[in-house]
Amino acid sequence: MVSDEATICHGTSERERRAWRAAAAVSDPEIPVLTIEDLGVLRAVRDDGGRITATITPTYSGCPAMDMIAVHVDIALRNAGFDDVSVERVLAPAWTTDFMSDAGRQKLLAYGIAPPVGQAGRGALFGTVEAIPCPRCGSEETAKISEFGSTACKALYQCQRCHEPFDYFKCH
Amino acid sequence: MSTLTLSAPSPHLHYVLSLADDQLILGQRLSAWSGRGPTLEEDMALSNIALDHIGAARNLYSHASVLHAASGGHGDGTVATVLGEDDFAYRRAGPGFFNCLLVERPNGDFAHTIVRQVLFSVFALLQWQAMKASSDEMLSAIAGKSEKEARYHVRHSGDWLIRLGDGTAESRGRTQNALLALWPYVDELFQAPSDFDRLISDGVAPDPAQLKAPWQAMVGEALKGATLPFPDVTARHSGGRAGHHTEALEPLLGELQSVHRMYPGATW
Repeated sequence: MVSDEATICHGTSERERRAWRAAAAVSDPEIPVLTIEDLGVLRAVRDDGGRITATITPTYSGCPAMDMIAVHVDIALRNAGFDDVSVERVLAPAWTTDFMSDAGRQKLLAYGIAPPVGQAGRGALFGTVEAIPCPRCGSEETAKISEFGSTACKALYQCQRCHEPFDYFKCH
Repeated sequence: MSTLTLSAPSPHLHYVLSLADDQLILGQRLSAWSGRGPTLEEDMALSNIALDHIGAARNLYSHASVLHAASGGHGDGTVATVLGEDDFAYRRAGPGFFNCLLVERPNGDFAHTIVRQVLFSVFALLQWQAMKASSDEMLSAIAGKSEKEARYHVRHSGDWLIRLGDGTAESRGRTQNALLALWPYVDELFQAPSDFDRLISDGVAPDPAQLKAPWQAMVGEALKGATLPFPDVTARHSGGRAGHHTEALEPLLGELQSVHRMYPGATW
């Protein structure tokens, strides 16, 4: 797994780290069990002479949750006592499921969403089959129903053993 | 708000708008499948892909906005107002759009939509891969983001092409008809207008002509899986990059821009 420690900045001063913790607690509006820290959407929190700037990156280009996340980060920072706040969006480095924390993967599984399997950005273009374990019974006998699920970041699968349909957080 | 006419946009702005327009127009086309997909899963898939395209368009229009401001605006000596994403999407008339003709072609039946998506998505994937090396950092970042999404678009539409072509007599016949109807729009993808020459030599834009061979290989792989031959079509249509469009664009823009034109500046 690619570490993203090189590109992430949790803060260097106590004030920055306090701001990071406030912003990091914001949850994803579409997968509320995950925080934006779990997802790797929160990239940095900087203190520029008093102004706190939080940097976030979208999971997918058209992710409609980004506007909501930006508003929630702004509110969280203000509630934590920071008055001068801005939220910036960056596209590089492009978000990948490799940014997702192990805690985030465990939370997804417990929530009934299969976490991403394997490394991002590899594999043949046509006719690929990935073994995605069922988040409920653990069976690897699962079938892809659709490459696209209820949100851009998920695919729809069904377990062939317990017959339960489930979301899979796509490796991206 | 009046119609926005960009008199003599810089090559860089022209290029970024052509990229953005490809994405917006195809996203708008695909979004017409929302609520009408042949199955619920396919409805969601096409809507999700539409969202990816519109997201990419937004990133590119934001970049166009910065380029437009940096170039001093209108280029005719008048002081330019700062143009945003919505100005580019909602205020230009047909001849101000620089998308390739392929993306504006109507949805037709499901086979038409899938074939159009294969032809364009393979091109887009190769384009983004090459553009990651762009000397324009923002284009490089957008390409890095969009490349990942384009892989899904290629896989999704390619798998469908294989299923339809190697399917029933009806699905095969419809897919062949779609290939014949859309093939004349393929060549334009690999042509760059002359004002892009400098951008290509400066490493801002990849040379689309270089993408043709890998495109043929990848589309050939999908066609082989679909047990379909390369269509034998000699007709060629182009002009989109210069703002010369087919009859299909204006009705699309009429719908896309209707709310903005009825309620200028409305927000919600």
